Amino acid sequence: MAEKFLSGDEAFAEGIRLACPEVISAYPITPQTIVVEKLSEMVEDGSLDAEFIHVESEHSALSCAMGASAAGVRAFTATSSQGLLYMAECLYYASGGRFPIVMMNANRSTALPWNIYGDQRDSLSQLDSGWIQAYAENAQESLDLALMSYYIAEHKNVSTPFMVNLDGFILTHTYEQVDVPTPEQAKAFLPAYQTENKLDLDNPKNMAFSAGPDTNYIFKYKEHAAMFRAIPVIKEAEEKFAEIFGRTYSGLLDAYRTEDAEYILITLGSIAGLCREIADTLREKSLKAGVLRIRYMRPFPAEEIVKAVSPAKAIAVLEKDISFGNEGTVFTNICSALQGGNITAPAYNFIGGLGGRNISHQDIISIFEKIQSGTAKRVNFIGIGEGENT
Amino acid sequence: MIKPTLREQKIFPFADVPEHTSFEAGYLVSVNSGWRSIRPVVNTAACIGCMQCYLYCPDGVIAIQDGKAVIDYDFCKGCGICSKICKPSAIQMESER
Amino acid sequence: MSVSAKTLDKNEYFYGHKACAGCGGSLAVRNALKVLGKNAVAVLPAGCMSAVGFNFPQLCFANNAIISTFAGTASMLTGIEAGFRRRGIKDFTAVGFAGDGGTADIGIQALSGAIDRNDNIIYICYDNEAYMNTGIQKSGLTPFGAKTTTTPAGQNIHGNIRPKKNMFEIVAAHDIPYAATATVGYMNDFLNKVEKASKIQGTKYIHVIAPCPTGWGIPVSDTIDAAREIVDCGLWYLAEYENHTFKINHDPKNFTSVEAYLRKQARFKHLTDEDIAVITDSRDKKWEFIRKNWN
Repeated sequence: MAEKFLSGDEAFAEGIRLACPEVISAYPITPQTIVVEKLSEMVEDGSLDAEFIHVESEHSALSCAMGASAAGVRAFTATSSQGLLYMAECLYYASGGRFPIVMMNANRSTALPWNIYGDQRDSLSQLDSGWIQAYAENAQESLDLALMSYYIAEHKNVSTPFMVNLDGFILTHTYEQVDVPTPEQAKAFLPAYQTENKLDLDNPKNMAFSAGPDTNYIFKYKEHAAMFRAIPVIKEAEEKFAEIFGRTYSGLLDAYRTEDAEYILITLGSIAGLCREIADTLREKSLKAGVLRIRYMRPFPAEEIVKAVSPAKAIAVLEKDISFGNEGTVFTNICSALQGGNITAPAYNFIGGLGGRNISHQDIISIFEKIQSGTAKRVNFIGIGEGENT
Repeated sequence: MIKPTLREQKIFPFADVPEHTSFEAGYLVSVNSGWRSIRPVVNTAACIGCMQCYLYCPDGVIAIQDGKAVIDYDFCKGCGICSKICKPSAIQMESER
Repeated sequence: MSVSAKTLDKNEYFYGHKACAGCGGSLAVRNALKVLGKNAVAVLPAGCMSAVGFNFPQLCFANNAIISTFAGTASMLTGIEAGFRRRGIKDFTAVGFAGDGGTADIGIQALSGAIDRNDNIIYICYDNEAYMNTGIQKSGLTPFGAKTTTTPAGQNIHGNIRPKKNMFEIVAAHDIPYAATATVGYMNDFLNKVEKASKIQGTKYIHVIAPCPTGWGIPVSDTIDAAREIVDCGLWYLAEYENHTFKINHDPKNFTSVEAYLRKQARFKHLTDEDIAVITDSRDKKWEFIRKNWN
């Protein structure tokens, strides 16, 4: 292992080098660009033996990756924001075809208005596309997810594409100390890709076909079931990961001081660190605060969330997203889980960080205060004044 | 000979539907014979085995066996291209009854 | 040795499909696969040939075949070619079969990208001159004058008012290693172009006219006649682009009548004598250019 000072994008590229994909097809977009630049450098200096394909669009990036996956090899792509939306057709195609492609998405606002900064509206708009969705908090987790994502996606029980999300700029461009495993360790962790879901000269296949009303539903049910089968595989991957690399992860959720927490803030991505810091501060002032970071939005940890929030008197959901005309999508998902788990504590939605707008220390303190006092509305827009917030 | 062929299993209950959208190539469960209102009939005495009907059949249902055109009526749609292309007029289109 | 009916692979790779009777597109796919053989890996986007050939559990390709997204024929071919190469497989051909809309409209970006990268693939456009699978709508390759369901022939629209995009010269402008035009009416010419393409490294593009009796309004038995007449009357030409040079393969001394070709097809029934004069004039101008500039 080697300690390196890396940005989130660079750390992810290091993880991909260790995962040894055979085909990389990607198109540049801020703030993902560094990943494709780094991977190109690695191919150039011979430290990554992959075909790097310079596609002319994101649609082709994922279409090409699907071709490679259908040919039976490990494929990688990366995108962000408009690029993710431009390839949206291929997202559904890849999951329906059960091609275990890994994609890094740099979470970025979507136009209009144009904006290159981070929010999570891009990937959250694609929750229904059939991809496993993980959200990294820091550069180390980014690297580790690059490796673990292939283990999980390619597992024979899963065979489902995997999107790893990194907050644009806040994570993609921020430098941290990162522990980079050796290729030998990576090799011990990640088995070679093997599948029956491939074109084969000795055993020819017809693939990505149509299926009429009789069987289409069954294919879709099986796709749904496979996503749930990822849950034990995530656990298995993390146990094996801990054994080899000595770092532990906690599955679909990352709970912080929730065991006895009366006020729990649920969020995802890089903002979680600040939330935990505030929780510590508030606990010193005898407010029993806890933070629940969602690591996986799909498969969605409904049962795990119910269990984790069971001691809470009130729940806040902080997200960089809005489903126009409704509420934050993460909040909708969580409310559904709470209802299914008979949780009666009130839940409040806090929308912030859209287009990269800062979420401050004070903003998070104020979330806890509002849910404690019961003065929060069901949906709250951080930083937009009362008069404007109708 | 390599060619998609008719299979026995036509119905796919839950357990038999594959996990992936990937299946054995050339698996047929239905024929096209019901499409025809007219059928090509080869006059073997007139057929010179020139293979033009074989070459131009969109459905690939004509083979030349022992120098004569033979038609797979399971998959012939009765378009009549073979009859038109046949120089010695060895293929006549006849009404299906 | 040139390819002919006698030397053609006896195996049938595209069989039992549900294409309309007399379909020119299915004939192009069937015979191209017979040239390329069992190790052809076919990519077909959304369109007629995928719709008629891949309805689980009725799967009509005996070789490896996959449906791509509508826009993604070329990009999926790129991925498959790269993937097979990475697996150490040498004896295979990645071949795409896309219709006119899938090629000249929605798929042109990915095709251009693949040619730009010079990926080692064959891209065959079976051109039936409209979106036939969805019920005969105008595409970028619908010829001037043709009536489609989106270019009705009435007082105002009068059928399609724009000429056919010139895909052959568009791909040639990329300086592609090999491009060719063909028609299913002259099968030996088409087969030999496919054969030639299979031996060339880099991107190959073949544009084959494939009449659609349903969309063109001709009897189902007349596909081949129409596919020959379009060349005989000079509205289509058999050509190649290779080594940075255009070459015309067949230069008819006397064209047959453009009017006779058009009048046989219901899609052109509304054309006036003036319309036909416009079409004939544009044919003559094209041939003047070809004869002056191409080998």
